[in-house]
Amino acid sequence: MPAVEATTPTIRKTALNAVHRQMGAKMVEFNGWDMPVEYPCAGGIIAEHNAVRNGVGIFDVSHMGDIRLQGPQALAAVQHISMNDASRLAVGQAQYSALLYPQGTFVDDVIVHRLGEDDYLLVINAGTREKDFNWVRDNTRQFNCKVENLSDDFTQIAIQGPKGVNLLQKLTDADLGVVKFYWVTRGTVCGLRNILIARTGYTAEDGFEIYVPTDEATSAMVWNKVLEAGKEFGVVPCGLGARNTLRLEGKLPLYGHEISDTINVWEAGLDRFCKMEKPEFVGRDALLKAKSQALKRTLVGLEMVERGIARDGYKVLDDGGQEIGYVTSGSFAPFLKKNIALAYVPPQFSNLGSNVKVEIRGQGVKAQVVPTPFYKRPKKQ
Amino acid sequence: MTYPTDFKYTKEHEWIKASGNTATIGITHYAQESLGDIVFVDLPKPGAEMTAGKTFGSVESVKAVSDLYAPASGTVTEVNGELATAPEKVNKDAHGSWMVKIALKNPGEVNSLLSAADYEKFVAEEGGH
Repeated sequence: MPAVEATTPTIRKTALNAVHRQMGAKMVEFNGWDMPVEYPCAGGIIAEHNAVRNGVGIFDVSHMGDIRLQGPQALAAVQHISMNDASRLAVGQAQYSALLYPQGTFVDDVIVHRLGEDDYLLVINAGTREKDFNWVRDNTRQFNCKVENLSDDFTQIAIQGPKGVNLLQKLTDADLGVVKFYWVTRGTVCGLRNILIARTGYTAEDGFEIYVPTDEATSAMVWNKVLEAGKEFGVVPCGLGARNTLRLEGKLPLYGHEISDTINVWEAGLDRFCKMEKPEFVGRDALLKAKSQALKRTLVGLEMVERGIARDGYKVLDDGGQEIGYVTSGSFAPFLKKNIALAYVPPQFSNLGSNVKVEIRGQGVKAQVVPTPFYKRPKKQ
Repeated sequence: MTYPTDFKYTKEHEWIKASGNTATIGITHYAQESLGDIVFVDLPKPGAEMTAGKTFGSVESVKAVSDLYAPASGTVTEVNGELATAPEKVNKDAHGSWMVKIALKNPGEVNSLLSAADYEKFVAEEGGH
């Protein structure tokens, strides 16, 4: 009989946990959190996914963490610990960025929001909350700024899809029409004053993320009002299953898959978010050195040519059956109705149209390198 | 959901309907519900041998891959080709969407499987309700 574990880690719950359960969501453990993976009442992952592409869906993303840096040297601190150039941010603007180890690999990817003159909010992944906070704190000690872990201070609700703006506008006095993608504003939402509203998301779709107080009653009130207000747009609650397929179609990286502490920025293809013209940031020296050397592997998009679904961790083979790389994320893509995957392969296999195979249950199944992102949202007319 | 009483069931959530020396096999309503949207069904070819308790194929939802376990031993005589292009049929009608037909090696083997009532009891316990 296996030994009884001395400590059973407690599973964390968001303030909306009871609401999800009441709605009959299928719950799973994700990075130590008890989270909805799909809502049968919404029709399941495929229906949820397509609701976001065509209309609007809402997600409880309160498991995401938040770190605030405030003070005279907040910008200098953010510049030191992140690879994008935060000095370009106007107050109210946000950017995709990443925290790097000295070797140029990922601590995590983040969204940096500039909330005020010397006030920055980093939104980080659930599974890396403690690691990220400790890392940020330890690497910003030399700066005159306060570093706070606000991860448990917000219920974060993502309202995603082309109709998201119409939905949220019904519930707020803030003029969302003037808030551009990757900008933030504040306004009264569902009667709650001074709520942070960010036009951000993880679905490759237009949308918003709102940060409301974390008590259960308020969180449930907002969640229910959003669902009610969204009825005319066909809103559905969405779980982590759809969140994953949506981000995969849009080639948005997931920590532990496309990015990790062993993968560097160049390999992940996130060059455009890494500002080497910045004189200094953690990881820059290693990245400079890596830039002068040939890449050993690079992230590509694959589409299955033969029947089969590539899954995370499956081997990628060359035409002759030799192992050349591995799949980081793979799934049936509900909107594109294709079997797609992201994979690391040596650069010589990364040309569009390159033929490779994915090993599925011992069989090499044909796949092809295709352009990414797999899905790009249509431009507004 | 009612489970047909002329089927037998496994704890791995397959159903089998035997008739003389032949049998039809699929997955249960409970299985399709747990899996969610089914997007891929991988089945053996006619002529393949199946061994009771061993995997004979797999079924994939958006999220996960699940193995199919043979409820009984035998030789595949027919495969439901419709599921290659329309795997979602299993979600719509799990007990009507058969996967393979087999020639039973030992027809008596089927008798030891779960009855509809036993299976319902089993999933009620497994579901924790």
